[in-house]
Amino acid sequence: MRLTRFLSKNWLLTYAALYVAFLYAPVILLPLFAFNESTIIAFPLTGFTTKWFTVLFESTALHQAVKNSLIIGVVTAVLSTILGTCAARAMVRFGFPFKRGIVSFIMLPLVLPEIIVAVALLVLLMQLGFPLSIWTVIGGHVLICVPFSVAILSSAFQGLDKNLEEASLDLGETGWGTFRRVIFPLILPGVISSLLITFTISLDEFIIAFFLTGTDVTLPVYIWSQLRFPAKLPSVMALGTILLVLSVLLLVLGEWFRRRSAKQQGLDPASGGGFMQ
Amino acid sequence: MIKWQVWGVFLLLSRESRQGLTLISPPLLYALIMLAAPLAMVVTFSFWSQNYLDLDTTITLKNYKEAWSKPIYRVLILRSLNISIMVTLVTVLLAFPMAYFLSFRVKRNKALWLFLITIPFWTSYLLRVFLWKVILGYNGVLNSALMGLGIIDEPMTFILYNLNAVVITLAHAWAPFAILPIFVSLERIDRSLLEAAEDLGDGPFRRFFRVTLPLAMPGVIASTLIVMIPTVGDFITPKLVGGTDGLMISNMIQIQFGKANNAPLGAALAIASMVIVGSVSLVIFIAGRWFRGRAQ
Repeated sequence: MRLTRFLSKNWLLTYAALYVAFLYAPVILLPLFAFNESTIIAFPLTGFTTKWFTVLFESTALHQAVKNSLIIGVVTAVLSTILGTCAARAMVRFGFPFKRGIVSFIMLPLVLPEIIVAVALLVLLMQLGFPLSIWTVIGGHVLICVPFSVAILSSAFQGLDKNLEEASLDLGETGWGTFRRVIFPLILPGVISSLLITFTISLDEFIIAFFLTGTDVTLPVYIWSQLRFPAKLPSVMALGTILLVLSVLLLVLGEWFRRRSAKQQGLDPASGGGFMQ
Repeated sequence: MIKWQVWGVFLLLSRESRQGLTLISPPLLYALIMLAAPLAMVVTFSFWSQNYLDLDTTITLKNYKEAWSKPIYRVLILRSLNISIMVTLVTVLLAFPMAYFLSFRVKRNKALWLFLITIPFWTSYLLRVFLWKVILGYNGVLNSALMGLGIIDEPMTFILYNLNAVVITLAHAWAPFAILPIFVSLERIDRSLLEAAEDLGDGPFRRFFRVTLPLAMPGVIASTLIVMIPTVGDFITPKLVGGTDGLMISNMIQIQFGKANNAPLGAALAIASMVIVGSVSLVIFIAGRWFRGRAQ
């Protein structure tokens, strides 16, 4: 009785709780099966083990894939944040002809299906006779990461006080000096947040990597190849658990920097959403 | 000659425009080289044809004719469109109440809630899709739970390796992309308008359909497009949970570029599906505008 009354009064809250449960359903299973003794990924759980994690440490193919993914992720993060900084700064600070068109074109990869981006790049590389390597994957990843970087950094630039810049220029600092010594320190939290998020996106990206990787497979491509072998699945779950923990740590860090930057500039850190807008 | 003309125009611009253009040129150039050029290449490619190991570069509509006349391609394109529309409908309908809850009911810690919603989506996409297979399978989590509770007597088979599985999995995968735009547009609604509607005698339902929903429409349209367009291009979900009935056009595009070694046909299929989903998006966009205009 009390339950039904509670539900009818708070149906929206109930809905939200169910929805969040739906969102977390697959993720909760990951650690459960990673520590489960049975080779078969199904309930009931049979017993606790850490052997699937030990398996991971012995696989050289995995280590190579992790290394490739880390290189790709770091280079992608740096390049897309540099390009994103240019675009965000131009977008927030200056008016120029064809601004809307140019900006939407740069943001286009955000809505384009990844398979289109991947296929398009593959066709171009094939025609140019460019061999597939880590660098071709980086090329594709930078393209899809720039829009995210622009979104994060434009909110960092929006909070920037124009007077500080002008003061610096009036006091005889050059344009570059002003950027390096005044603007950059102020947007630094946004930059770090952009680095972390683009790194995370690159680390998890599969479709572009699948098409553009040569023999140097990335981590998701490695996972994809393992999903076919039932015996490998528990260690894939273990790998997934490690990745989950790492990405959450990176994102908490990224979010913390974003909030700090918002606070520094006197914006309400709770408003303006997260890194996905 | 042209080079000098371009420079001339550039110098005629105001200082601000020049600075802005200079600053935006590196990302613009990157997008031109890595996106515009490849896309142009794909379009060209789709008019060529594959001659065993060589490419025949005579312009032909052969690939498009094949894409439309062979039932398999037509079926796959239409099915992809169908699936993505269904996924979009389910995702947006499920996301709206959540966004509404976040915007109107949550008073403090909105950012924390948003963060909570996005966390599951930063784990490997592949693994998330795979885990849905674990949940929905014959001996899966859902079936064993429901059987354990005595709600069903035997495992449900209609939830894996078919369209339903694809829709469920994708509705999950795109959830935050649907919630956030709707949430943003709900946040922008001036709360006094809602009070005014109430004061003027609108009940909660009328108020919702005549004030809240029309004002939230930009967000709804944005999330519709954000979910629908990339969904057409997904090929992991159909491959892992879709079975044979759930295969989509991207799986075929991937086969054409891989095993079948017919890149021109693959390119034509990619272009054709993009044109179709692009026109559907345009219709949705215009319809959304019209709805908003009429309500105001």
